[in-house]
Amino acid sequence: MSGNLTLSQKVWNAHIVHEEQGAPSLIYIDLHLVHEVTSPQAFQGLRDRGLKVRRPDLTIATTDHSIPTTDRSLPIIDPIAANQVAQLEKNCRDLGITHYGVHSSHQGIVHVIGPELGLTQPGMTVVCGDSHTATHGAVGALAFGIGTSEVENVLATQCLLQRPSKTFRVQVNGALKTGVTAKDIILALIAQIGIGGGTGCVLEYAGPAIRALDMEGRMTVCNMSIEAGARAGMIAPDDTTFQYLHGRHFAPKGADWDAAVTRWRKLPTDDGAKFDREVIINGDALEPMITWGTNPGMGVSINKPIPEPASVSDPLERESLTKALAYMGLEAGKPLAGHAVNVVFIGSCTNSRISDLRSAAEILKGRKVNPNVRVMVVPGSMEVKRQAEAEGLPEIFRAAGCDWREPGCSMCIAMNGDQLQPGQYSVSTSNRNFEGRQGKGGRTFLASPLTAAASAITGVVTDVRSLL
Amino acid sequence: MKPFLPFESRLVPMPNNNIDTDQIIPARFLKTTSKEGLDKQLFADWRQDPDFILNTPRGQNAQILLAGDNFGCGSSREHAPWALTQFGFRAVISTSFADIFKGNALKNSLLPIVVSHEIHTKLFALPEDAKVKVDLASQTLTLPDGERVEFPVDQFMKTCLLEGVDELGWILKQEPAIAAFEKTRVGSINTTI
Repeated sequence: MSGNLTLSQKVWNAHIVHEEQGAPSLIYIDLHLVHEVTSPQAFQGLRDRGLKVRRPDLTIATTDHSIPTTDRSLPIIDPIAANQVAQLEKNCRDLGITHYGVHSSHQGIVHVIGPELGLTQPGMTVVCGDSHTATHGAVGALAFGIGTSEVENVLATQCLLQRPSKTFRVQVNGALKTGVTAKDIILALIAQIGIGGGTGCVLEYAGPAIRALDMEGRMTVCNMSIEAGARAGMIAPDDTTFQYLHGRHFAPKGADWDAAVTRWRKLPTDDGAKFDREVIINGDALEPMITWGTNPGMGVSINKPIPEPASVSDPLERESLTKALAYMGLEAGKPLAGHAVNVVFIGSCTNSRISDLRSAAEILKGRKVNPNVRVMVVPGSMEVKRQAEAEGLPEIFRAAGCDWREPGCSMCIAMNGDQLQPGQYSVSTSNRNFEGRQGKGGRTFLASPLTAAASAITGVVTDVRSLL
Repeated sequence: MKPFLPFESRLVPMPNNNIDTDQIIPARFLKTTSKEGLDKQLFADWRQDPDFILNTPRGQNAQILLAGDNFGCGSSREHAPWALTQFGFRAVISTSFADIFKGNALKNSLLPIVVSHEIHTKLFALPEDAKVKVDLASQTLTLPDGERVEFPVDQFMKTCLLEGVDELGWILKQEPAIAAFEKTRVGSINTTI
């Protein structure tokens, strides 16, 4: 049957619990992911009201933001971080929530372990007190970040009050050239529509260049939907999705699997559906992207010059560009390629999966990191770490001169001691280049794992295609 | 929460677009397990500059932050509105807000007020001691020259703010609908296995 609904509308409609005049829709949440940073005040709120967790069976926790990425057998030195980690452990134990804590073999960045364990599935509603929850949209789930008050609401009721978002299709045509990755698609989109360009919208990524991505590439794209201001990013499930999910720990098994796939095949956007907004990106024309400024929308193709503030008409926007250049210590009109780099960070919920590590290792294999550069490689989860070890990747990284670490958010958010020093430049595979994001005074260039690895070798921002 | 009453205040202008939540409260302060004591960490890195507005008399004892476009972009941290309200802010005026920040602000009696570019420019041009009135019930700003500017607010959140109640009480009352919905769900997972 040919209808007129988009993927996100189908998922939304299937989760409406209650609607009444003058109130937002009450929406059911299929999966609630919890981590140590945005949950303690929500658990306290539950206790203050004498409430329990309604569905511990639909809730799962991990510890990722505050923990060191060094030897896990050692105690956490920072007493404030140690207390936060201990609180999550206690809250989960007291309330019957499964917690993949510091010593769990499933521990990892919440947005890495969700898909990896088959927890996030097509057609689900998924929330987490973390803006990068959009990642899970790669499997065709409606997944979005929430604040701590909403974490409390979901713990107590498994529901959220929400207004529907506008629909926004991002059609990526053509095929990516060698050296151009999923990260470059999303950085190009954000540079085009701006960091507020998707506000109020759920993005749906479509088109041949998206279909050609593997699941991990799709996660990279959806992950940064929030950096365009969007509530969520989604990709319709297809055979790539089903192959990825099949056999994963929490994925349906046997007859349940067949029934699930039958349901999931009905999720893609109907031919007759209309989107509120649409952009088309020519995938053939994309180049490796890099950000030069202090938000993810300030990005350019790696060999293109940094834009001149004088070329912008809006005075506040011009001032923002000028301030960004001053913070970054950069000159407009010159390309970033060739600029010296102090640190390379390969990790984060954007780019710490096994395919990201493989692509970085491919560049680093048999080469040496420039002596002026410190390189941190932080796998996204214990599972990613085990897989990398099975493939001999740590040996490649170490031989090149990289630091191979334990899983966590690490220098993406710099809460755990992994951080830039003031004035340092990093090429980072993470998602945010805000002032001080990777450490006070630190300066971040966001790019793909390929660009990061290439820059690690040369010591300057480098177009990876020169090393291929 | 206390009911949101009308008030009048000077403006604290921050003419920066895209002020992100990492600026509002840097991530290194998110290791706390409390909602309290965040006022000192508000704009902590920008406050290292002695000329930053919150370090000047103009930044003191005012309840309205006037910011550039797309205020509150970035992370979902509710610590951002907690820090702003603990510092004393009750409203932020901008041309646009990031979605998660806007939701978080409304849940903490911090009113995000969206105005047109024209009014935005006019507000930035006001003299330092000019005061603006905020009235949520009538959804209006009153400028010093008497001009009244209407602003949009979600009607449900408006009622919550005016009555000083939060959403959770309302959601809990929907328990029969939630229980009925749960009986019809398919494809549920069980994370406790």
